[in-house]
Amino acid sequence: MKYLSKYRRHKFATPMLIIIALSTLGFTFSAATASPAKSELAASAKSTLIAEGKEIFLKGCSSCHGLNGEGASIAPSLIGVGAASVDFVVGTGRMPMADMSQQVMRKKPLYTEEETAALAAYVATLAPGPASITNEEITWERDGSTAEGGELFRNNCAMCHNFAGQGGALTKGKYAPTVMGVEPKHIYEAMITGPQAMPVFSDKTITPQEKLSIIKWIKSAEAEPNLGGASLGRTGPVTEGLLVWTFGLGLLVAISVWLTAKSR
Amino acid sequence: MSARERVTGTVANYVDERTGSAKWLKKNLNKVFPDHWSFMLGEIALYSFVILLLSGTFLTFWFDPSMEHVVYKGSYQPLKDVEMSAAYASALNISFDVRGGLLMRQIHHWAALIFMASIVVHLLRVFFTGAFRKPREFNWILGIGLLTLGIVEGFLGYSLPDDLLSGTGVRIAHAIIQAIPVVGTYLSFFAFGGAFPSEIFIPRIYVVHILLIPGIMLALITVHLMLVWYQKHTQYPGPGRTEKNVVGYPLMPVYMAKAGGFFFIVFGVTALLGATASINPLWLYGPYTPGQVTAGSQPDWYMGWLDGLVRMAPPWETYAFGYTVSWNILLPGLILPGIIFTGMALYPFIESWITGDKREHHILDRPRNVPNRTALGAMSLTFMIVALINGGNDLLATHFDLSINQIMWGTRIGIIVLPPLAFVITKRICLSLQRADRELVLHGRETGRLVMLPHGEFVEVHEELTPEKKWLLTQHEQAAPIELELVDQAGVRNPKSFRAKLQARFSAANAEAVAKPTAQELKQLENEHH
Repeated sequence: MKYLSKYRRHKFATPMLIIIALSTLGFTFSAATASPAKSELAASAKSTLIAEGKEIFLKGCSSCHGLNGEGASIAPSLIGVGAASVDFVVGTGRMPMADMSQQVMRKKPLYTEEETAALAAYVATLAPGPASITNEEITWERDGSTAEGGELFRNNCAMCHNFAGQGGALTKGKYAPTVMGVEPKHIYEAMITGPQAMPVFSDKTITPQEKLSIIKWIKSAEAEPNLGGASLGRTGPVTEGLLVWTFGLGLLVAISVWLTAKSR
Repeated sequence: MSARERVTGTVANYVDERTGSAKWLKKNLNKVFPDHWSFMLGEIALYSFVILLLSGTFLTFWFDPSMEHVVYKGSYQPLKDVEMSAAYASALNISFDVRGGLLMRQIHHWAALIFMASIVVHLLRVFFTGAFRKPREFNWILGIGLLTLGIVEGFLGYSLPDDLLSGTGVRIAHAIIQAIPVVGTYLSFFAFGGAFPSEIFIPRIYVVHILLIPGIMLALITVHLMLVWYQKHTQYPGPGRTEKNVVGYPLMPVYMAKAGGFFFIVFGVTALLGATASINPLWLYGPYTPGQVTAGSQPDWYMGWLDGLVRMAPPWETYAFGYTVSWNILLPGLILPGIIFTGMALYPFIESWITGDKREHHILDRPRNVPNRTALGAMSLTFMIVALINGGNDLLATHFDLSINQIMWGTRIGIIVLPPLAFVITKRICLSLQRADRELVLHGRETGRLVMLPHGEFVEVHEELTPEKKWLLTQHEQAAPIELELVDQAGVRNPKSFRAKLQARFSAANAEAVAKPTAQELKQLENEHH
């Protein structure tokens, strides 16, 4: 004890004590709250997927979407949106949303795949809607055509998502996000559910086979190397102009200054 | 005399006896040019024009300006078996199946962007230093003509490959032609040989792009350079430099080496860009069909301001005598550019009318000594930059999390408010720089060295400027405003009194300056100090 008491009046003693106390409190709290959730999950593993989904829904979604998914002033009704919608918005991390901005952003998903599936299963019981899809179900590699997909993409998607799928601006702060790096099933689900500002592309407008072609084209654009050198974002002439004024002309003017520097 | 000297001497003599070239060469090879980095901006434009001619000629060997429908069978897989025009197919062919084709295409396009950018900075240098004054007004107008032709030429080149982006651009050009009141529809039929999209537009603009406009530009550039040669280059003020001489280095060997080397540097920078940075990746855009459009459809930067103006125009339309007047296109697409380019071309004459100065000028102005002109330049530049920013409004919105509507309103208000603000601020900055110059000449440079005098007073030691520097800061003339003559000597009212009043007003504003120190003031100050 003498060893400790030597440092009792050390200038770091108080801050250290506060840090130790706070971290003890924090770790205890997180341990205490995490463990019942885990045990609950373990328990619900026996119950049906739907019951589990309802559990997650009540905890994570109902404060905005209502206890029965009926919606409220700040969130839309989920009755009839179907499992596909849930799989898309939760699977791409858009829900639960981080903040109430113009548009819900894509981010790291909060729920695991199992939890998302459970949520989707529960929401699908509220009313019939488009069913969710797995990546295995959409055989875009086998059944899609890149060239046809490109034409369909330019006809239906490029006006918002840009010619290379890099995304673009919509009105009043909304935007069409990039379609690069999106899982095939999520692309498919977005087309059949029309999230946020996006229209629904029903199977009559774009047949399921054509949807696979679009996915194949997107994946091909994603994998395509930058054939002409640095891509400059694949967003058109604006970045090219920016580069020419900064690097191109900047370098040439710098060289001009250098060439005439020793004239005095 | 060595063998080599004897041989060259014999050859030179042989040529001279038949052409009389020795006298001409001696005169012209010894021609003196002043040295300054800003005098090389026009050279960048000249050299990138040469690069454009060379790389463009290469491209014509494979480009097929035909609207014939073909099915693509080339090596770019994502477009395999897609129907397209022969023009687009041949552009893809150049990019993927012609050796060095993609590099040449990218060099050609980058050179075009550098060409236009260097024209603009060259123009700014000429404007802000007053190099357009008598006797160089015609050369200024030639320059404006080259700038205009460059914009048109660049736009036509952008339109040729018939990809989705260029087709969208042509559609907008078509709309602008149609917006001309009364005759617009007929003009569009004339240019396109019928309705949009036409089968003959691309073959037509191909001829204009590779033959007509480059030919005119080449002729204008030749005259532009001949005038520079004949009128001699302007020079910045400095000791020993007068309105009647040119201080610098001779063409041979200094500028031959410098200019020749600089050509290769410009070529090198262009090739570097062409080899490492993608420009107009037309295989990603896909072939043009009128039913398609892509987000981020922008023109190249030199037309970006025009696109920005169109994007911010309010949806105004009037119907008169059975005709629709689309002010939303007409105003930003034709009227404003018309005013801007006419104003630019006439500026040398406007300025000389305001100042009443009809003398020749070969010594350049320091921009601060002509506050009104400098402020006017800053004002025009602000206008253009605001318009250009709105030309990229969609990318600004997505990349900086902004609302496209806010950007539109911001630039709508900005384009009216900011240019006058830029004028006032620039003018004030110029005047305070003049004041700083005056201080420097009268009191010297502040050394930051404090000295305590024997009686306890602290003074900061000022270092007197060199006579060269003093000359530089005081060589400019400060003209008094033009006197207003409302009645002539006989007491009769001047019939041109409105114009005279206007001129006097402008002249008074133009003559606003901080008086430069006079020799008397300097002498007086010297007497006080010593």
